[in-house]
Amino acid sequence: MPTPSQTVGPFFGFALPFEDGHDAASGQAAIRIEGQVLDGSGETVPDALVELWGGQQFGRCRTDSEGVFHFTVVKPAAGEEAPHLDLTIFARGLLRHLATRMYFPDEEAANASDPILKLIDPARRQTLMAIPEGEVLRFDIRLQGESETVFFAV
Amino acid sequence: MSDAQRDFEPPYLHPDYRATVRRSPGRELIRLPAEWFHNLPGPAFGRVKVRPDDADLTRHHEGQPLGERIVVSGRVVDSDGHPVRHTLVEVWQANAAGRYVDPMDDHPAPLDPNFTGAGRCLTDGEGRYRFVTVKPGAYPWRNHKNAWRPAHIHFSVFGPSLASRLVTQMYFPGDPLMALDPILQSIPDERGRNLLVATFDLATTEPEWALGYRWDITLRGRNATPREP
Repeated sequence: MPTPSQTVGPFFGFALPFEDGHDAASGQAAIRIEGQVLDGSGETVPDALVELWGGQQFGRCRTDSEGVFHFTVVKPAAGEEAPHLDLTIFARGLLRHLATRMYFPDEEAANASDPILKLIDPARRQTLMAIPEGEVLRFDIRLQGESETVFFAV
Repeated sequence: MSDAQRDFEPPYLHPDYRATVRRSPGRELIRLPAEWFHNLPGPAFGRVKVRPDDADLTRHHEGQPLGERIVVSGRVVDSDGHPVRHTLVEVWQANAAGRYVDPMDDHPAPLDPNFTGAGRCLTDGEGRYRFVTVKPGAYPWRNHKNAWRPAHIHFSVFGPSLASRLVTQMYFPGDPLMALDPILQSIPDERGRNLLVATFDLATTEPEWALGYRWDITLRGRNATPREP
């Protein structure tokens, strides 16, 4: 039987973040992704850990006092699926981590034929779509509530 | 079969652990066919630097930390029992007095200038890991009246895929606080809770030096998922 999960707790900040952990890529093609982790009351989650991977990129970012995380990444290439980033979320109050994915808003054709997006109720698909905000792609993660982010059983 | 019954995992919502009430998802998770993305190789954790001394938490400062010196070792295996080789294992914990160096921790127990409480290592070719540390103390939290966390060491393990990613806690045998702890008790089945309790082990106890505890970790999924032809 798999070893059961337990919460990451509130006190991982001195152990898990590593230097430049949020910079999964650099250079001209790198883009900044920014988002906020919010709970079911709309309160920010200032003690979450977000991990990102996409292609060969790996990043790790602890949310700040406003619940904000950010990454620098390069958009992964499209395969059978539309370009996307996988995100895992750990926090006090999460007995198991959550897994979601972020899709790119400028990939309309690829997104329309993405086999994973097709599994999801169209009304909820937009929770996986980043929103362009100037130079930044915004991707908020809502743990609970009406506009709860789609999470995957992995 | 609900998600929690699939194995011994805790549910997301466990109201006795108050922080779950506003942070647990309310919707069913989206299930994916087994051959899809979550079983593909990754994430590559190679950016996390691992030095040989990182696995000995008693040697990160000039002096020896206070507390009961222990050796915690075990194997990381996949759900077929095959070793998970060269994977990253990270640990963090309170000191012997039950205090974390984390600035968020305001428990009025002393910090130990000779103990930080964070370590990491890669499993070897047999999936084995080994840490030298001190036994962490219990500490109070504000979940309910007179709430105390049993002594525990936090573990983070990657394994070969997104599906195998695990963050959990290892507990110590015989700790009376375990029965009162909403975080451990969130696992509904006693067999599941027992999987998180280390075993005292005389064979890995080092004479005149440190007590040995053994704790094996089984990750979800298979080490090498065969792709359909």
